[in-house]
Amino acid sequence: MNEKVIYVKNLVKKFGSFVANDNLSFEVSAGEIFGFLGANGAGKTTAIRILSGLSKPTSGEVNVAGYDAYRQTEQIKKNIGYMCQKFSLYEDLTVRENIILYGGIYGMSKSLIRERLADLLAKLHFQEYENRMISDLPLGLRQKLAFSVAVLHDPKIVFLDEPTGGVDPITRRQFWETIYETASRGITVFVTTHYMDEAEYCDRISIMNEGKIVALDTPEKLKKQYNAASVEEVFIKIARPN
Amino acid sequence: MGGFKNSKGSALDIINLLLAHYMKRFLGFVKKEFMHIFRDYRTLFILFGIPAAQILIFGYAVSTDIKNAGVAILDLSHDEITLKLTDKIFSSGFFKKTENLLNYNDIDKVFKKGKTKAVIVYEDDFGKKLIREGKASLSIISDGSEPNTATLITNYTTSIVNDFTMELAGPALKNSIRISPEVKMLYNPALKSHFMFVPGVITLILILICALMTSVTITREKEFGTMEVLLVSPLRPIQIILGKVMPYFFLSFINVLLILLLSWLVFGLPVKGSIILLLAECMLYIMMSLTLGILISTISKTMQQAIFISLIGLMLPTILLSGFIFPIENMPKIYDYVSSVMPPRYFIVIIKNIMIKGTGLTYIWKETLILIIMTLVFMGLSVRKFKIRLE
Amino acid sequence: MINVVESSDIAKSFGPIMALDDISFSVNESEIFGFIGPDGAGKTTLFRIITTLLLPDKGNMKVLGMNATTHYKELRKNIGYMPGRFSLYQDLSVEENLNFYATVFGTTVEENYNLISDIYSHIEPFKKRLAGKLSGGMKQKLALSCALIHKPRLLILDEPTTGVDAVSRSEFWDMLNKLRQYNITIIVSTPYMDEAIRCDRVALIQNGKILSIDTPQKIRAGFSRKLFTVKAIEKYRLIKTLKKNPEVMTAYPFGDSIHVTLINDSSDNSLFEYLVKEGISDAVIQEAEAGIEDRFLELMEKA
Repeated sequence: MNEKVIYVKNLVKKFGSFVANDNLSFEVSAGEIFGFLGANGAGKTTAIRILSGLSKPTSGEVNVAGYDAYRQTEQIKKNIGYMCQKFSLYEDLTVRENIILYGGIYGMSKSLIRERLADLLAKLHFQEYENRMISDLPLGLRQKLAFSVAVLHDPKIVFLDEPTGGVDPITRRQFWETIYETASRGITVFVTTHYMDEAEYCDRISIMNEGKIVALDTPEKLKKQYNAASVEEVFIKIARPN
Repeated sequence: MGGFKNSKGSALDIINLLLAHYMKRFLGFVKKEFMHIFRDYRTLFILFGIPAAQILIFGYAVSTDIKNAGVAILDLSHDEITLKLTDKIFSSGFFKKTENLLNYNDIDKVFKKGKTKAVIVYEDDFGKKLIREGKASLSIISDGSEPNTATLITNYTTSIVNDFTMELAGPALKNSIRISPEVKMLYNPALKSHFMFVPGVITLILILICALMTSVTITREKEFGTMEVLLVSPLRPIQIILGKVMPYFFLSFINVLLILLLSWLVFGLPVKGSIILLLAECMLYIMMSLTLGILISTISKTMQQAIFISLIGLMLPTILLSGFIFPIENMPKIYDYVSSVMPPRYFIVIIKNIMIKGTGLTYIWKETLILIIMTLVFMGLSVRKFKIRLE
Repeated sequence: MINVVESSDIAKSFGPIMALDDISFSVNESEIFGFIGPDGAGKTTLFRIITTLLLPDKGNMKVLGMNATTHYKELRKNIGYMPGRFSLYQDLSVEENLNFYATVFGTTVEENYNLISDIYSHIEPFKKRLAGKLSGGMKQKLALSCALIHKPRLLILDEPTTGVDAVSRSEFWDMLNKLRQYNITIIVSTPYMDEAIRCDRVALIQNGKILSIDTPQKIRAGFSRKLFTVKAIEKYRLIKTLKKNPEVMTAYPFGDSIHVTLINDSSDNSLFEYLVKEGISDAVIQEAEAGIEDRFLELMEKA
């Protein structure tokens, strides 16, 4: 259980003279739900691009899913899943077509795709939607499906970008249950968001400010440390120290 | 009395104030549009670079076929042989007789009417000369403002005449006989094919810039959500529409001047007719295209749709159906009908007439009227369709 | 006191989809009135009807004492509207955007500068920067300045805090609060329950229907059952185990705990015993005060 799937030590990423990530160090375990927080422009996006093999660090050690972020970016990409709020599924394809498409992209065999498709439809009670266009589905269902598709190929890590923004409270709960279920299977869930109430659900959170990680712990301990009632308060206290 | 005067004065003041108020709003809007345009270097480059490139690229003719080209006959001899030859020419299927002319003066007139692409002239006593002296001459005078068609008509006619000579020489006459066709081009004597492309390019560029650009700038506001705020503002639809149209009217007009200047400097193409009439017609056509652009924007929700409709809906038909490359008379009837609702078709006639033939309004008033009507229809439709609310 | 907005039985559908279903509410002068509900609840449609951008299929919408359908021209001068996507011209600078909106509404930046100075001062140092290059928080402030520049009597903000970080969101609510002194009525929508507390009154909206309208305090007080928070290390197992218990009425994950209501309000001791029996010995059960979101969930369950 304590296997490290993300290992980052002294990560630095510079764009010219601008330091986007300034000496980041953190580890994430298998099956952990890790919240990656920070204001707009704090350097979250840069760090995630490195962790998902889209960009190379300037210096420092980065290992994701057992692969090196300098040389093995292709292997990293095969072992992660990604879901963001805005775009994940093709709206003009049906549920079935989307699943087959993504399975194909990740090089899954036809029989495996068929098997997963059946599982997924059954698990989400989605059978009646199998041949419906994504654009015809309610937002909540779309989000659940997008998440299931992101973990279709059994990645070691799944990156979620503001996964439950704008969703109704019940669907949101169902969504978090799915995330818990996924994590309990040993898949690491890496959540980036600037909604602090989403952060409350995570096992541990890190808060970035101006390229640095300024806080990293469980939500509960951070709240105690900063004498705050919510993660939101912690965040504001960190960003506006006065 | 004094009170009356006063109240009249203040009413005027209010009107002036309101006017200033509305004008300020409107000018503020126009200013913003110019900022959008001048800040987008790429579009600006396309706006002025593409016409220049097209003028240079299209400087070469594209070969085409002819069918049912209008040909008039000036038969000064009127004998058995000329009648036979005329018959043979028209039975070939390439040509269609437009008129029988009576004298040389009619030639210019018949060309300016536009339907006739060539005139065949038999000299006096054509048949007698041919039988007595074994040779006679005929002239093929063609409309050089359409160089492709002109060349093709000349070649086809010459070969038909040669054929006819052979037939005639065979059984009837033992002596060798010769008909020498004399080829002559009117309006574009050097047969520079660039000439026909300049009006074509102006026609194409104007409708593209105007319709595409205006439709894109309006849909862009829809896409970015700024249209919502504009609609909630006290701006009137007509102010928004005119504000969008003004900058492009101005830019397109500069473009026309640029193309004319370029074609004069590079190809030495002069404008034969009235330059003022030409510019006025261009303005009319620009207005028509702009209103068309607004109409497109009212039916498209995204920039992508607007671009698609403008390109596929306007550019292709303009190139293919307006007589820009392919002569309308070669088209199947159905395309002819389709092209008759295409504004470029009329403008191309107008601009060719003014630039190359040097004709005045008397020969192009019909086309001009059609364009005016189209502009009014488009304008009316777009003001009506431009929503004061979201759908 | 006059009602700035008075909506009675407003309905609107798009094809087969009922976006708004008999919406009735009224907004008092200079209050901050919040519409809280998820995406697709009908908030934007409702706002577009208030701002005269859409016509309702039925019902009557009165804004500033005028009929929104017939008096739209007059109304449009008095409404400040900030649509969901900040409606800024990305290729114009901060200053140019503001000046443009001022001219369009027939005023100048100078004339109403005092109204926006508090907000605009945050972004004034960047006034030459293109709006497209601003951060989310700065865009939000600029959009608000633009919506306020003509000193509207009614300000309508559609999800102004979506996509903006926590610090900027908090600052934004402070700014709205300060606007009260200018007698501006504010209607605001948000999908985030925790922002309800910043409004004077809120309407919970879901699937085109208003579930409840009241002050945030009263809405919370409307929660009808005892609420317990349950914490344990293995959250997923905890949820599954709780849901198996027939005594448990609802069990929802809420951040680091699970919010639980029971069929029988006084059985929390037996709940602990049940969890221990099921092998969860580290559970901590506490009684807690319900939040807006708990109430929303309760209302949704009933609906």
